[in-house]
Parts: sequence; structure tokens; C-alpha cells
Amino acid sequence: MVPKKDVLLEIKDLRIEGYSDEKWIEIVHGIDLTLHKGEVLGLIGESGAGKSTIGLASMGFARDGCRISGGSIEFDGMELTTTPENDLRALRGSRIAYVAQSAAASFNPAHRIIDQHTEAPIQYRIQKRVEAQEDAMELYHRLRLPNPDEIGFRYPHQVSGGQLQRAMTAMAMACRPDLIIFDEPTTALDVTTQIEVLAAIRDIVDQFNTAAIYITHDLAVVAQMADTIKVLLKGEEVEEAPTAQMLDKPKEEYTKSLWAVRSFKRPQKQRPTGADAVPIVSVQGIDAAYGKTKVLDDVSFDIYPGMTVAVVGESGSGKSTTARCITGLLPPTKGKILFKGEELPARYQDRSKDQLRQAQMIYQMADTALNPKIRICDIIGRPAQFYSGLHGGALKTRVDELLDLIELDPAKFYSRYPPELSGGQKQRVGIARALAADPAFIICDEVTSALDQLVAEGILKLLDRLQQEFNLAYMFITHDLATVRSIADEVVVMQRGKVVEQGPKDEMFTPPHHPYTDLLLSSVPEMDPNWLTTLLEERGVDDIGEAADV
Amino acid sequence: MIAPFGEAEVISSAFAPPDANMLLGADQLGRDMFSRIIYGARNTVGLALLATMLAFLMGALGGLLAATKGGWFDQFMGRLADVIMSVPSLIFALLMLSIFGTNLTVIVVVVAVIYSPRVFRLTRAVAGNVVVMDYIEAAKLRGEGTWYLIRKEILPNSTAPLIAEFGLEFCFVFLLIAGLSFLGLGIQPPTADWGSMVRENATLISFGEITPLIPAAAIALLTVAVNFVVDWMLFRSSGLKEV
Repeated sequence: MVPKKDVLLEIKDLRIEGYSDEKWIEIVHGIDLTLHKGEVLGLIGESGAGKSTIGLASMGFARDGCRISGGSIEFDGMELTTTPENDLRALRGSRIAYVAQSAAASFNPAHRIIDQHTEAPIQYRIQKRVEAQEDAMELYHRLRLPNPDEIGFRYPHQVSGGQLQRAMTAMAMACRPDLIIFDEPTTALDVTTQIEVLAAIRDIVDQFNTAAIYITHDLAVVAQMADTIKVLLKGEEVEEAPTAQMLDKPKEEYTKSLWAVRSFKRPQKQRPTGADAVPIVSVQGIDAAYGKTKVLDDVSFDIYPGMTVAVVGESGSGKSTTARCITGLLPPTKGKILFKGEELPARYQDRSKDQLRQAQMIYQMADTALNPKIRICDIIGRPAQFYSGLHGGALKTRVDELLDLIELDPAKFYSRYPPELSGGQKQRVGIARALAADPAFIICDEVTSALDQLVAEGILKLLDRLQQEFNLAYMFITHDLATVRSIADEVVVMQRGKVVEQGPKDEMFTPPHHPYTDLLLSSVPEMDPNWLTTLLEERGVDDIGEAADV
Repeated sequence: MIAPFGEAEVISSAFAPPDANMLLGADQLGRDMFSRIIYGARNTVGLALLATMLAFLMGALGGLLAATKGGWFDQFMGRLADVIMSVPSLIFALLMLSIFGTNLTVIVVVVAVIYSPRVFRLTRAVAGNVVVMDYIEAAKLRGEGTWYLIRKEILPNSTAPLIAEFGLEFCFVFLLIAGLSFLGLGIQPPTADWGSMVRENATLISFGEITPLIPAAAIALLTVAVNFVVDWMLFRSSGLKEV
């Protein structure tokens, strides 16, 4: 609990309206918020809760198509809602800074990092160029970036995502602001990279006694960072409490449901034994390359009917490439893929219709996986028509049946278009399209990572039910170990195109592990406010940077 | 019929001034200007429409196939388009018309060939953005053929810019045909056509008469009008809304 200090930011009854369908609709309904100097406030909620909108409003800023329609925002004695735009601009960057979710998209790729860093201090005449550059290097040191004296002279695409996110934090610090708003700064990063960014942010906020608003949808992350947590739902406050108290005994039902999401677990299945037990898919020693760059090296694993094999690893570890090899989009350069004991042709063009039918795929981004100009009934109906030759009434019955399976009301969804659906509903349609082919094996490529936790849990339960009903085998690609814990039977850990460890789930989650598995496992944030501190102590603080570069 | 007189009907003396009978006066042979403008509209606009549609058929089909198939086919189509575009359009048209003669079919085909590379490039770019989507991958993995991909998956997502481009392209085609007629290689007399009407009456401009300006004004008006319609369609199709 932070002792009562000077109030830095006080928001009262904040109301924000958004413009849609030619009307102004209120999207933030009267939020109160008080932030003291040096305090870190965590804002959590699912997408559409108004987290980012409130974050931006604390700088007196409303996005295009939004307007602040009521309430007051008082920053250090200054009323931001009535301050002229010019004065607000002088405030932003110098006294209030903002760190965006995607550092890669927020840096200008045409300028060197340090030039972007020094822009604000020079603009506000706080420092001269040389001083500002020295200061930037100093900050890079403090954030434990590798080669701090040199890294700023690179272009944004020449450094890794985690380093870029830290450079962005350094940039926010350039004018030593009183308040920094972090908008999901680690959401796009791998767990191992996330750790170093979290540690760096926490460190620097501590060192300069900066107040911060930390926006995220990940509870475990916010537990590490914030002194106080505020839970939002649809533009309204659900509850606010100091972190420890909030984690121990949340009061509201909604908060409890957020907490409980990670508890979904199903019993682990064992591989079938006996002579007739043939794996549905058997990947045998495949290599693959994009051009001359080798991306897969001797990957082998088996997937048995009715079982879920989770393939985990950081981005770039070759998870999705393996999937592309299995589907035949990227023919492997070596090795072979067996389907029910028979070798599959390497290219999908050479596979028979029945081979294509049996292996289906569900994509990460339901937005790009469903054609926006085709009605739901046709999206789901096409595979049924294509493979089974159904048409007319029989086809409609089948589509209705599939919609029932994915728990969407056929009467309501039959003739709608994908853009009219929510993220979770779209993902369900993606599942129905895969099911329509009546497959034996489905590749799920990060199917829940673009979804909110509650929605993601619904999808996982649905997949689980379908697996039991149709004895489906899943290859589940993910970087989220919480998902692995809940639904996997077997786990394959990949790193840099190689399988480093594989086996049944319970074995994988009990030591001893391969060092990389260990690193992955220990990097998953836990719902314990002291988790990060403990972990850093265990690893030795100087290790954070190295951990990220593994 | 809307036109009060026939297309090639000589009804008064040459260059007679406008009166109640002839709303816009007479041309160099004493034919009614107003009637000829109306007949000309049918010929020039009809011809331009036909040529534009043909250009779109060739260009869009080529673009869609190039984007879907990729590889050497894409390269070949792209270079072919470059070759056609590198020849100045008017010179290319004059050359072709002098070789094949000046009948209507040749005009339509030649003009369509000249403008199809522009359609090809646009279609290929738009379709190029669509073919990288996961839903195209899903359809390919389902085992769908190229024709299904183009017709059902890609085309519905590329129509909006194509419709807008159709309007713009129509203006250019129309202007080229009018230009060819003005040079005497387009539509042949006595068939009425706005471009040749400007030429036939061009001598009058030195006498301070407005007669040759009338078909010229008609050309300008049509071009501007089509552009307005196109702007409106672009606005509608882009989904932009004023905030």
C-alpha cells in the first residue's frame, strides 16, 4: 500500500463518447481515478472495456472519433479538459508519456532509435543534442539493454522486439515525466522476453519515482507491476483495491470469473497401446527451409487419435512452419509425414481430396481466416458441399447441425456476414468450417491468443467437447503455457527449429526439464505479486538480458 | 425518337444559326447540330462503353490469374503489360488503325488493348492483398481450383476499387476515341460522333461561332459527370464516413 502522498492525477466522473453509425454513443460511463506521485495503477478488463481510452484521456487526449463529453481530469493542479490544445501538447512527452503496445509499429522505421529518443528533450529545450544522447545511453544502461552505447544508433528493425519495447520505455523516460501510461507493453511479446521488459519497467519507474498507469488484460502481469488494481467492464468500474487484497479476495462476481479462467483443466489421456495403435499423424525427421534459410531441423513427433499434442515455443521457433509442412503448404526438404501409417505427398496439390479433407486447420486470426464477403452458411456449407456433395435441403440441415455444435443459434447466424460477428463467434465459425469437412485431425494455430480470457476459455471448452464427441486429434500450437496446462495430453517443446523435449504433459510439468523448457515454464507469470521479485532473485538480476536473447 | 431530325439529314444551309427549329444551329453541311449530338452520344458513348468493358475483361482476368497463380505467369503478364504501356497510346492506336483499317471492331479492340494494362495492374495489386489472407489458404487446402478461388473468394473482395476504376477508365477511353475521330481515324462520316464533329466544324472557330464548341462541351460535360459519379462511388465503397 502506497502511503498518502501528493495527488498527481485526479479523474472525476469521466465520460467519453464514441462516434458510430452516425450517432455519439457513450463508451466510458463516469470513471473516477486518483493517482499519487510514484504510484502504479493497473487497469484491467477485456477488450472494449475502455482501458486504452481512459489511458489516453489521462493525457487529455481522445482518439479520432471519440470525444471527452463530461467529467474532469486534473493533472497536478491543471484541468486538462479545458486546457487549450497547444498547452496540452507541451505537457505530452515532457510531463506525461505514453508507451504503446507495439513498439515495432510505434517507432518510425526510417530514423535511428536515438534520434527519435532525443526528439522530445530537444524540442522542449530541456537538453542539447549531445546531452540528450548521453542521457539516452544512460537510460539504456539502466534498462540493461545490450551494448547501451551503440544500440541507439541502430534502426528499429535491427533490434529485437523486447529490446525495442525497452528502448520505447527509455524514450518515455527521456524528459523524466511525472506520469507514464503503459498500454499493454508486453502483450505482443513472448513470455521469456516479457520478463525482462517487466523487470526493466518496474525498475525504472521505481528509480525515478514515476507514477504509472499500467493497462493490460493479463492479471498475472498486473499483479507484478501495480500497487492498486482497477477492474473495468464495458466502460464502468467493477472494483478497485490494493493489489494483494484484490488477488486474495475479489469482491465482485465478474472479478472472480476473471480469476477463475485459468482453472479449466481436463484429465490427461494416455497414448493407446497395442499393435493396432497407429498415430494419426506421424512427423518423421523433417527439415524445412525458406529459400536458403533453414527453419526446421529434424523435427519428429506423433499424434494419436483423440489426443491433443501441444507444440510450444517462442516466436520463430518453427511451430507454425511445422504446421505448414504437415498441411503441405511448405514441402519439407527432408523426412516424411505419415497419415494413418501412409506417407502423404509433400505438396498439398498432389494430395487426394480425401487426404485434404481429413486434416483441417483453425487459424489464429479469425478476421483474416473468414472471407468477409461470404455468408456464414456458405463458409460452413462449402466444405460439406465440396467433400460430401451435399446440396439443397441436406446441406442446410448439415449447416444448422454444425451451427448447433458450435453453440450459435442457426436462426440468427445462418445468413450473416463475418464482420457482423464478435471475435469469439468468428473463431467458432472457423471451428465449424473445419468440422464441416468431417476431419480426423485438426491443427489449431494459436486459436485463443487473439481472444479475451473468458472468450478463450469458452473456445477451449468447445474444442474439448468436440474432441470427445468426434474422437478428433489436435495439434495445438501455442506460446501460452496456461492453455497447454488446461488441454494438452502431450507436449512438444520447440526452440530454433528443433524439438528440444517432448513427452506426456504431467512429465513435462515436473522437473527435471531441459534448460529451455525450464526457462519457458518459469517465465509464465503467476498470480502472486512477489513472483517477479522472487524469480529475478533466483535467476540473478543480471541474467534478465541474457534470458531474452536465448 | 428523341432527335428531331435524322443523323445525316441535310435540312438547311451550312452553318445556319440556331432557331426554334434547330436548337443548336446547323453544321458545315446544314445538318441539325442537336440531332447529331444525340446520335453522336449513342455512337461515341456506346463505343467507349464497349471498349472499356473489353479492357476490363482482359485486364481483370489477367490480373486475377497473375495474382492467384504467381510465379512465371505473373512475371510474364507483368512484363507484357509493361510493353503495351511503354508505347504512347495515340501512336499505338494510329499504327494499328492504319494496319487493320478503320472499322468499329478494330477501334474497340485496339482501344481495349491499350487500356487493359492499367486494369491489369490495379486488379493484380488488389487481388495480391487478398490472396495472402488465411481464408484463401484455407480454400486452397480444401483443394479448390483456381477458378473457384477467383470467382468466389477473391473477386467479391476486389470489386469496389474495380468499379471505381471502371468510371475513370471509361473517361480515358472516351477521350481517346474522340481524339481518334478528331484525327479522322475513328468513326467515319457520315456517322455522327462528337470527336469528328469538332473537327468538321473546326474552321468556324476563326469566325467567332460557337458551333464547334458544342460537341467539345458535350465531351467535357460527360467526362466531368462521370468523374463525379466515380467520386461518389469511391466514397461509398471505401466505407469512409465523415466524423
